[in-house]
Amino acid sequence: MGEIIWLTAKLAAITTTLLLVLSTPLAWWLARSDARWKEAVGALVGLPIVLPPTVLGFYLLIALGPHSPLMAPLQAMGVRTLAFTFEGLVIGSVIYSLPFAVQPLRNAFLAVGQDHLDSASTLGASAWESFWRVALPLSAPGYFVAAILTFAHTVGEFGVVLMIGGGIPGKTEVVSIEIYRLVESLEWDKAHALAALLAVFGFLVMLTFLMLERRFARSAPGD
Amino acid sequence: MLRLWLAMALAALAVTCGPALAAETHVAVAANFTEPAKEIAAAFEKATGHRAVLSFGSSGQFYAQIANGAPFQVFLSADVERPQMAEAAGLTVPGNRFTYATGRLVLYSRTPRFVDSRGAVLRSGRFQALSIADPKTAPYGVAAIETLKKLGLYETLAPKIVQGASITQAYQFVETGAAELGLVAMSQVIGEQGGSRWLVPAANHTPIHQQAVLLKTGADNAAARAFMAYLRGAQAKTVIRRYGYEVR
Repeated sequence: MGEIIWLTAKLAAITTTLLLVLSTPLAWWLARSDARWKEAVGALVGLPIVLPPTVLGFYLLIALGPHSPLMAPLQAMGVRTLAFTFEGLVIGSVIYSLPFAVQPLRNAFLAVGQDHLDSASTLGASAWESFWRVALPLSAPGYFVAAILTFAHTVGEFGVVLMIGGGIPGKTEVVSIEIYRLVESLEWDKAHALAALLAVFGFLVMLTFLMLERRFARSAPGD
Repeated sequence: MLRLWLAMALAALAVTCGPALAAETHVAVAANFTEPAKEIAAAFEKATGHRAVLSFGSSGQFYAQIANGAPFQVFLSADVERPQMAEAAGLTVPGNRFTYATGRLVLYSRTPRFVDSRGAVLRSGRFQALSIADPKTAPYGVAAIETLKKLGLYETLAPKIVQGASITQAYQFVETGAAELGLVAMSQVIGEQGGSRWLVPAANHTPIHQQAVLLKTGADNAAARAFMAYLRGAQAKTVIRRYGYEVR
């Protein structure tokens, strides 16, 4: 049981870290660009909210599998498939939780406003400097929200892992899958215990989220 | 507006009532039996005028739902354990539990000529992943583990085993090529022309009996009783065999 919880936390932590890094340029572009097709990219990012996770998982199973052109470079290195591996789960989780990282960051970057950035550049800051020293600190609340949502969403992830995991202990067996297995095998007592743990965790996450949101709302720039 | 609603309600009523004598029954069907169940239900409707409304899902989920008051009258499980438990819990009409189909395990690969007629490929080590159903939840998974143990290969192959949550998923792993080999259900590959396979001798594992029960909710339902009877009949048996199951 401990191993399963540890693996779940590890998956969520790695996914969250990767997503915060990857989503930053994407969200920045979505917030700042004038490209007409940017909303098409935004919609693409949002797809995991709409697609049933098992469908997403099924596409991933194919995309990470031996017949996928995406896998050709890795196959040259001797990796036949990324399904059934922890790395595969990380890739799946990153895609699955992408909108939960990008959207809060995009909102945060929008809230920074052009004025602050203009002032920075008037004072001689380069684009990179104004991002690093003005936009990023002002967007800290967005990062908190993105991190919390991504972490929680990854912990609660089920369909994607079910499809590409293969239930390998210590590699791909996470809490949500274990609860499902326990219910299926009629071990309802253990399922209840684990589900209760998850419920308490979820409650604490949402509580933290709402309290942070209130605090940030009070100290928002311009107030 | 009110009159429109009234008209719609009446129309709905007319549709649900239908012919007076034909009854309707709700049947919970184990996912692996989806195709034969559809065919049997269609033939059943033609033969008796009753209607069988099928729901497909995993036996474990159905058991949990039935124990909590789900509106099914007949339960076609993928195993023996759950119908037995339903009986013990007083959820069934006693004396109505029977084996409607017995599954066979098959070693299957999408690649032609990869699996030989004796399953020796299991000893070759020429594969990275062998997909099976989760033995904790699926009888086919238990049978797969028993077979590997009987062949003396379980210890060697354990690191290569990947588990699908159900036999359906175990099959998906093989069909998508994610796993090169899978111990799956004969009923899943019987319609496949390509690939290669080895029908695992039945003596290698506990028989994969699938049992049906008439639930308490169906005690007075003519359609439910008729469906149970039809499932034991010759027509149903022909269909079941055609889908790769054995029937006594």
